[in-house]
Amino acid sequence: MVRTKINIKNLNIWFGDVPALKNLSIKIYVNEILSVIGPSNSGKTTFLRMLNRLNELETNFKMSGQVEFDNQDIMKMNVELLRKKIGMVFALPLPLPLSIFDNIAYGARMHGVKNKKKLQQIVEQALQKAYLWDEVKDRLDVSAFKLSGGQQQRLCIARTLAVEPEVILFDEPCSGLDPISTAKVEEAMLKLKKDYAMVLVTNNVKQAARVGDSTAFFLSGELIEVDKTDKMFTVPSDKRTDDYIRGKFG
Amino acid sequence: MVSSKKTEKIAFFLLFLATLLIVVPVGLIVVIIIKKGIGAISWQFLSDIPRQGMRAGGILPAIVGTIYLVLGALIFALPIGLLAAIYLSEYAKDNYLTRIIKLAIVNLAGVPSVVYGLFGLAIFVVFFKFGTSILSGSLTLGIMILPVIITTSREALESVPYSFREASLSLGASKWQTIRHIVLPNAIPGILTGAILGIGRAAGETAPILFTVAAFYLPQMPKSIFDQAMALPYHLYVISTQVPNVDEKIRYGTALVLLFLVLFMNLIAIIIRYQFRKQKKW
Repeated sequence: MVRTKINIKNLNIWFGDVPALKNLSIKIYVNEILSVIGPSNSGKTTFLRMLNRLNELETNFKMSGQVEFDNQDIMKMNVELLRKKIGMVFALPLPLPLSIFDNIAYGARMHGVKNKKKLQQIVEQALQKAYLWDEVKDRLDVSAFKLSGGQQQRLCIARTLAVEPEVILFDEPCSGLDPISTAKVEEAMLKLKKDYAMVLVTNNVKQAARVGDSTAFFLSGELIEVDKTDKMFTVPSDKRTDDYIRGKFG
Repeated sequence: MVSSKKTEKIAFFLLFLATLLIVVPVGLIVVIIIKKGIGAISWQFLSDIPRQGMRAGGILPAIVGTIYLVLGALIFALPIGLLAAIYLSEYAKDNYLTRIIKLAIVNLAGVPSVVYGLFGLAIFVVFFKFGTSILSGSLTLGIMILPVIITTSREALESVPYSFREASLSLGASKWQTIRHIVLPNAIPGILTGAILGIGRAAGETAPILFTVAAFYLPQMPKSIFDQAMALPYHLYVISTQVPNVDEKIRYGTALVLLFLVLFMNLIAIIIRYQFRKQKKW
């Protein structure tokens, strides 16, 4: 029995007068990866940034509808707590201007962990889960910007894991990476599935097919269809999905 | 039709000339002051009080007074300016009030320094009854350098990439934690640039201290912030125009000391800034 982690009902989002998402209803389940595909400007990233309430940073953000996280309305939750539980990995590797160690420890420190031993333990565990530990264990005190792009992205995954989230959002996490780094990130994602619910926004249709359990197709702010990935990629029920997957537009 | 190679040469020459024109006056000022003033510099000049109606002796009270005034102005203006800059760059929404505040800061920067002097006289000396004192002078100078400090600090804060803030927030850090741990440490070099500019202005201006602190002749060290004090720029003005028969050497020597005092204080700020830049990880 799959458990619903996030339940979105009739969500509309506007930036100023421009609608970004129209009447979206979708569920995100535990231990599953939901891939979100669609052309640019289709609302994928807005959808993702809604889940950890980053959209609010835009001053002209407006919304209606409901997003429930474990049956709680996220707009009524403490935003720091929500962001701790719903981690995010951005499109470009985005290390903080700190050392590798401090990058991973940052979240934990902000949430009040001071004990050095505990921090060391958190950092090691997170780096291991992101398959980066062996590559960086001897140079934890160098700047995170010294790492390669692929390593930086896995560092960002580790940093997200270190705050012990329940959901992880990936916003085109491999768009700036070479195929080998991409493979490593995808491998990390598939292994993490057993502990987390995950949402992957991607421009790479093949990547969606490789890692997604379910796939959602967005177009112009609307959810066209969402289904098991196998079905989506073999017999999609909407012609537009079919066209997009086959590369006829987008 | 002029060939593109020729226009290239002309452009290069003009740009180079303009740059040279900036360097020449600066160089000349330094050279002339050093040349004419170096003869006056001696241990006695730096460590003694003025004697014989300021025609002999030293300028120590003025040096000490200027140091007090600059430090006082910084102690007042740096924290307030920085906090205001943080508010403006991180918290303020772009609305009517914010725009008025920003406009006010720009205008404050354009106010002539003598107006600050009169303002200081009215507010600090008379209204708050601080009298003509180091406190009044420091506050007046502090207000004068506030716009510079706010503007440079704001630019420094805004130059920290927005993506760092998002990354920090996405980990569940609060807005203040993000500012405190990510934005501020990376803005410190820029903030120090503001402090450097402020030091230069506060040390050099005569008009703001004229009515608020400066003593014509006071051959002793200030004992508290409520004392009057001598200050280098005003002292320079006095011995150049008010006291007859002061040796030229002494006048240029005073200017030289003022110049090097400012350079020295800037150097300290530059060294601190360098230390922070070295730590920068991006």
